[in-house]
Amino acid sequence: MSTASNVNMNRRRFIQVVSLGSAGFAVGCSDKPAATGTAVDSAEIIESTMNAFVKIASDNTITVVAKHLDKGQGVTTGLAAIVAEEIGADWSQMRTEFAPADSSRYNNLFFGPVQGTGGSTSIANSWTQLRTAAASAREMLRAAAAERWQTDLAATRVEAGRVVGDNREVSFGQLAEAAAAMTAPVEPNLKDPADFTLIGTHLPRLDSAGKTDGSAKFTIDLTRPGMRTAVILRPPKFGASVASYDAAAALAVPGVLEVVEVPRGVAVLADSYFSATRGRAALTVEWDEAGAEQRSSAQIRRDFAALLNETGLVARNDGNALATIDQAARTLSTEFEFPFLAHAPMEPLDCLVEISDGEVDIWTGSQLQTVDQNIAAQIAGVAPQNVRIHTQYAGGSFGRRAVPDSDFVAEAVSIAKAQSGSAPVKLIWSREDDITGGRYRPMALHRVRASVDDDGRITAWDHRIVSQSILKGTPFEAFMENGIDNSAVEGANDLPYAIPNMRVDLHLASTGVPVLWWRSVGHTHTAYATEVFLDQLAREIDRDPLELRRELLADQPRYLGVLNKAAEASGWGQTLEPGRGRGIAVHKSFNSYVAEVAEVSVAADGELRIERITCAVDCGIAVTPDVVRAQMEGGIGYGLSSALREAVTLTDGIVDQKNFDTYRPLRMHEMPKIDVHIVDSGEAPTGVGEPGTPPAAPALANAIAAATGQVITGLPIARQLRDG
Amino acid sequence: MAIRFTLNGQPVSVDAPADKPLLWVLREDLEKTGTKFGCGIAQCGACTIHIDGSPTRSCVLPVSAVADRNVTTIEGLDSPAAVAIRDAWRELDVVQCGYCQSGQIMAATALLSANPQPTDEDIDRQMTGNLCRCATYHRIRAAIHRAADKVSEGDA
Repeated sequence: MSTASNVNMNRRRFIQVVSLGSAGFAVGCSDKPAATGTAVDSAEIIESTMNAFVKIASDNTITVVAKHLDKGQGVTTGLAAIVAEEIGADWSQMRTEFAPADSSRYNNLFFGPVQGTGGSTSIANSWTQLRTAAASAREMLRAAAAERWQTDLAATRVEAGRVVGDNREVSFGQLAEAAAAMTAPVEPNLKDPADFTLIGTHLPRLDSAGKTDGSAKFTIDLTRPGMRTAVILRPPKFGASVASYDAAAALAVPGVLEVVEVPRGVAVLADSYFSATRGRAALTVEWDEAGAEQRSSAQIRRDFAALLNETGLVARNDGNALATIDQAARTLSTEFEFPFLAHAPMEPLDCLVEISDGEVDIWTGSQLQTVDQNIAAQIAGVAPQNVRIHTQYAGGSFGRRAVPDSDFVAEAVSIAKAQSGSAPVKLIWSREDDITGGRYRPMALHRVRASVDDDGRITAWDHRIVSQSILKGTPFEAFMENGIDNSAVEGANDLPYAIPNMRVDLHLASTGVPVLWWRSVGHTHTAYATEVFLDQLAREIDRDPLELRRELLADQPRYLGVLNKAAEASGWGQTLEPGRGRGIAVHKSFNSYVAEVAEVSVAADGELRIERITCAVDCGIAVTPDVVRAQMEGGIGYGLSSALREAVTLTDGIVDQKNFDTYRPLRMHEMPKIDVHIVDSGEAPTGVGEPGTPPAAPALANAIAAATGQVITGLPIARQLRDG
Repeated sequence: MAIRFTLNGQPVSVDAPADKPLLWVLREDLEKTGTKFGCGIAQCGACTIHIDGSPTRSCVLPVSAVADRNVTTIEGLDSPAAVAIRDAWRELDVVQCGYCQSGQIMAATALLSANPQPTDEDIDRQMTGNLCRCATYHRIRAAIHRAADKVSEGDA
């Protein structure tokens, strides 16, 4: 696809006048001819739109229109870095704003016509598109300077936010209006990466200031005139619905304004969150549980386990793994178990909606703007283009805000529509709503078998997975092929190890528990099963786990690069004191390669301490290396957190965990030291938001096995360590 | 009923139910939204504020409990320790999603005010009540040490 022509097609002459002293913005637009060279009125700043992604203001700030949600992964900083590099800016000029929902301009180039953030694709899909947009703007700035100076284009160049000519210079801000009127070049020259001066260097995050003084706004912080706050009482069992309800007691609570039934439950609208939750506590609802999931998670696990003995849908079949294993004298087989997991982002789910005059405004941390826009339009009964989404910073997501049926956005629009009148409505989920609300990382059971010949070579590998489809029953089901939901086998069916016979098959069991992609999705369990099992094999054939991996990855230079880097930096092979152990894991996800070495100590009383994690990542060109490091650190912490203690369990269909007292993420005292090493690369950038997570848990488990001999086959680790 | 207290150095009077948690009075009645809601049961620390300088979970504290007290939120945090903490947070780019960071900064500032040279164990003890799902913990630890160094250099 031609990103250059997209940029040109969408280039519009649109100037926003930003009034300084006013709380508002976007006061008007104008297409009056640019007043080149005139002094800028100090009372107003003229913002000129160079193209869909780049705006330059007369105060010399450059605003990058970010089509991706920033939920902490630092993508706004990364997108700004790409633009700053290619346009020739000084970092201090850079600003960002979130793009409106408009899939014609802001679709994720890896998602077809859908605007959205996920799969660690933001930088990767934006890389050429944004470089081209910024290079185009740079050429327009140079052209404007050449015209202003009546000189050749060749006599101009850009330097730190200025166009420089023979003994003269002019700031981008002074040129912006004239530049915006220039013809955009169709295929502007992109910089030679060897000439990069910002990409690959340390650039401070653009969101640090606002996120350290309380001024950064999240959805939960927003208000609108006349706004009502809503909470929903949802059924205690997944798949149940409202049979009847009595709102009288709720309506008697001071501050409660209205009670309405919506598809997902009964909503209480009030003057505050405090009143709304009090009203909800007073509600009486009878639930129809005829279609509800009634099983306990222990029963679901048994039902999954039964499938482990039956042949599933084949997701990979190289050679003849089954016969090889059947005929082998030496085999190994291990079953692994993974629980449901909640995302539990720190900002509870929330969405502010205003419906008026056939138009819908939505303020939320939207991760799939196109999906949210279309579903909101259906519910409100308006055309999608009449739904405006004002994307906000999200206080975490880890996948939770990308929901195929729009979940909390749909709920908020339903409430706004169902209420009497047209007050703005802000829906807030409590933490209990979040933990018990489903959309979990699916439960999964794995059985991995392998055979070994007399020389200690692994001759066959057979991997069976029982899990639940994330895509089935959603509009994304179209991505399934031959009944296989790749999100259940990714990382297993593309296992890179040079083993001649390799087979992967899959059962997609159904449960009534709604599931969703969770930071690194299928890799969360496939990396664990494959890497822990490989270490078991290494012990079986008396091989060093690093050496065995090197041998099996001999033809995989990028795997070897991270493996060797992590091993070297961790001091792999050096003797540890008793009670300590090291474990290694390597895994590719979202086109990035990550190896991690965990070092643990296990005290005589069994107390586990994760001492440190050494990480090496190859994500192609590291656009903003410190953000890459931060994502590895955070991804590792997220992986360790789930491995240690996290699990959602059900008793007779009701979720046992309610809040952070029972769903207990990693805390400060449990966080290890982390060293991140970025492997130099000239390849195009790949993902970093998720790839740090998959190797963390298996590296930890392999370290525990090295320290204690105990192989952790069921997560969370705390459960098995406790049960012995 | 009207409850009076001092918020970020300014006297305020708020007409709210006596049992409304301070968190929601700050956020909904006084428009101080820097203090965040995370769990509502004093398990995550996102709502941490200072009462007479002591870090306190505002999500379970009835507003009536702060009558005539001094309440400080992230918006009013300006002590030398706070400046050092905030600067260190920015220098090390601690934040990711940022949602828990007001609470982290409130807790860290209280720690540094009481203990100018906290050890790792001191940091564990004080900060373990503040959850961060982005797992920025080890940058938080580094930033507290850096802030401590800044404060001690400032004193020297």
